[in-house]
Amino acid sequence: MAKLNINGQVHEVDVEGDTPLLWVIREQIGLTGTKYGCGIAQCGACTVHVDGVATRSCTLPVEAVTEEQKIVTIEGLSPDGRHPLQQAWVALDVPQCGYCQSGMLMAAAALLAENPKPTEADIRAGITNICRCGTYNRVLAGIQRAAGETGARG
Amino acid sequence: MAQQIEASRRGFLATASAALGAFTLGFRIPGAAAQGATVPEINAWVVVKPDDSIVIRIARSEMGQGTLTGLAQLVAEELNADWSKVTTEYPTPAQNLARKRVWGNMSTGGSRGIRESHDYVRKGGAAARMMLVQAAAESWGVPAGECRAANSTVTHAASGRTASYGSLAAAAARVTPPTEVTLKDPREWTIAGKPVPRLDTVDKTNGKQVYGADLKLPNMLNAAIRDCPVFGGKLRSVDEAVVANRRGVRKVLRVGDSAVAVVADTWWQAKSALDALPIEWDEGPNAEVSSASIAEWLKAGLDAPEAAVGNRAGDAKAAIGVAAKTVEAVYAYPFQNHACMEPMNATALWTADRCEVWTPTQNGEAALAAASEAAGLPPSKCEVYKIHLGGGFGRRGAVHDWVRQVVEIARQMPGTPVKLLWSREEDMLHGRFHPVTQCKLVGGLDAQGNLTGLTMRISGQSIVAGIFPQNIRDGRDPVVFQGLNPGGEEAAIGYGIPNILIDHAMRNPHVPPGFWRGVNLNQNTIYLECFIDELAHAAGRDPLEFRRALMTRHPKHLAVLNAVAERAGWGTPAAPKDGMPVHRGLAQTMGFGSYVAACAEVSVSDAGELKIHRIVAATDPGHAVNPQQIAAQVEGSFVYGLSAALHGECTVAKGRIEQENFDSYPVLRLDEMPAVETILLPSGGFWGGVGEPTIAVAAPAVLNAIFAATGKRVRTLPLRHTDLRRA
Ligand code: FES
Ligand code: FES
Repeated sequence: MAKLNINGQVHEVDVEGDTPLLWVIREQIGLTGTKYGCGIAQCGACTVHVDGVATRSCTLPVEAVTEEQKIVTIEGLSPDGRHPLQQAWVALDVPQCGYCQSGMLMAAAALLAENPKPTEADIRAGITNICRCGTYNRVLAGIQRAAGETGARG
Repeated sequence: MAQQIEASRRGFLATASAALGAFTLGFRIPGAAAQGATVPEINAWVVVKPDDSIVIRIARSEMGQGTLTGLAQLVAEELNADWSKVTTEYPTPAQNLARKRVWGNMSTGGSRGIRESHDYVRKGGAAARMMLVQAAAESWGVPAGECRAANSTVTHAASGRTASYGSLAAAAARVTPPTEVTLKDPREWTIAGKPVPRLDTVDKTNGKQVYGADLKLPNMLNAAIRDCPVFGGKLRSVDEAVVANRRGVRKVLRVGDSAVAVVADTWWQAKSALDALPIEWDEGPNAEVSSASIAEWLKAGLDAPEAAVGNRAGDAKAAIGVAAKTVEAVYAYPFQNHACMEPMNATALWTADRCEVWTPTQNGEAALAAASEAAGLPPSKCEVYKIHLGGGFGRRGAVHDWVRQVVEIARQMPGTPVKLLWSREEDMLHGRFHPVTQCKLVGGLDAQGNLTGLTMRISGQSIVAGIFPQNIRDGRDPVVFQGLNPGGEEAAIGYGIPNILIDHAMRNPHVPPGFWRGVNLNQNTIYLECFIDELAHAAGRDPLEFRRALMTRHPKHLAVLNAVAERAGWGTPAAPKDGMPVHRGLAQTMGFGSYVAACAEVSVSDAGELKIHRIVAATDPGHAVNPQQIAAQVEGSFVYGLSAALHGECTVAKGRIEQENFDSYPVLRLDEMPAVETILLPSGGFWGGVGEPTIAVAAPAVLNAIFAATGKRVRTLPLRHTDLRRA
């Protein structure tokens, strides 16, 4: 039995300890915004925040997560879907198929939290998620736009 | 029992539709109250609800390419709809069949979504508008000709009366449909042709968009599958006792004669049990095949006497025989995997008299046919509910191997819905691969450096032979010459070469081929455009001038080429970047009905490190329905094309694909992504696709720029095998 704090709510789940956090989130908790893309920490589709750090949940066994650690998924990124990044994504029509975008947004949000004014080079180095549709340039523009707005609001 | 499932499924549909908004699983599911079943349609394309919201039905599949929005724009344009009130839904394939294919072809591939249905969807919108106007006119007792429709409202100016579409919809549904409709001149468009935002974006930013992999049905079980990794091999035996007592495991099943599936409560349980399951394969004779043996076989095809002709004019061999200078080169292009971010998946519920499948598919009707066959039930007793795709790229269109599998699994568990999700490894090993080919080109130049003769021998795989063998006539694959055809509206060569011979020696390895975004245009354009560059260099002429001289009778090809050259500043030196000289390369082609060109700017360091700084791309698709989405498709095309050119390759050892995940099948990421400037040049009068053609110019533009930078010709892809260090 594991206790997990996900999006501010504590859940008790009964799974094998080696089950990756990704599958607990998707199958036990039932939050399917976090995606499976590779299972080997290569693509970033499964990115969530663990205590604010972008984490590829497909290779993190649930037994390695404690009840005190705060897990945030795309569903908890903002209460109303209006995180500056989400707004930028909508303004620029960033997603194509959208499958990678939960992971992109979570990776981008962690990047901005740590580095509110990233340079283009920071973004290129910091966002290593895969998008097969090829939204990279709009992802880049979206992060820059959100960073600008965060700044504008002080 | 079946009754109960039916009831719970309805409950699910109602909940899903209500809670998830954009998630529409077909619109007239009996008893699905959330679908607003009481509102009659005006026609097959348009439903207007009393609250004035408009539902436009979309027969093609949304896989990221934006076709959902583009098609809705076309219908809404002719409907004179209030765009802010527009929503969409998919009709189901079985409904399409039952209504004599009123929605036409559901296939979504070949960049056809808009270009092959713009006419009838616009007519659907126009007819609905006329019926709404007629209904208003009748209720007011005035001639329809005195009424105007705009912004979802009908107005009779003389009497000052107005009525909203929502208030007219019920009456309009009873109006006899018009037999003749006139479409607007695209120059009058106010919704179509505009860069309106996509209709499906918000749910793709907050986790609400439900993909096939996310589907949940009451009492659903989950399956993981492993098919024999050697194509054509069989399942010999499994030791299911090893996993039978694992937590959550319900069943170990044979699927067809080559695969085994584990069904469990959760997918993770199923997948872990499958990993622990001892499996013995009968790999068969294909286990002998390797990339080297395939390459040898294709190489022999480069000079084989037998070949199907795709383009012949004059006498190319004679012209080359008397040429002042000849140039010869051999190119090669490897297998590629589509690698959609969402692995193949489907959910099926089978009972003795009905089979239902939920799946992301590019072709609902083909999915229905596959389900029906595997279910042992006629199509009228089957249904497919389409779900937005997490990428398609051609993998989810022509062949529905995963649908067959899920139905075969569900059939062994009557009454229980089962979701089958492939692991990434399964997806990589069981792709429908970009075909493998080699190409030998020989060109003859006269003393002035004019190209007088060209032969181009393609040796290798035919997608059509692998998927639609009935379409091979006299050994000729009609699609293999994309971009090289002597003429036509689809994919014609852009050069007037007096003596030309392009032919194909078909060699089909056992690795199953598929339509991979861009299809044969990809390698054909690399071969031709890189070789044209080689010829220009051999002739001592500027690559742009050399091309222009051959394009005088191909003004549309030339226009996009000129556009990129001008915007990029061809002919003037590029400004150095980060202290390194920047070099340019060009490519142009025609495919999927559109004309495209690119100019790439690259630098290569002394250590051989390539940096692609900027791409200027031009597209003439005839008509442009949503310019900002065309730009998105062009940008995405460079990712797909450059990913393949720089990194992508599936190799074969012992009959199986060696790359099982993104660690061994690297793809382009943000750090390598160049800036892309898209020039849109819709010249009108025709309708071309935009999802694919640009992929083909990505690689040759970059390869030609690399030559300009290094003097090295890269003729075998991917590029990572070539050392670009200065010699
Ligand atoms: S699914 Fe976790 S990184 Fe790909
Ligand atoms: S939007 Fe489709 S994979 Fe990124």
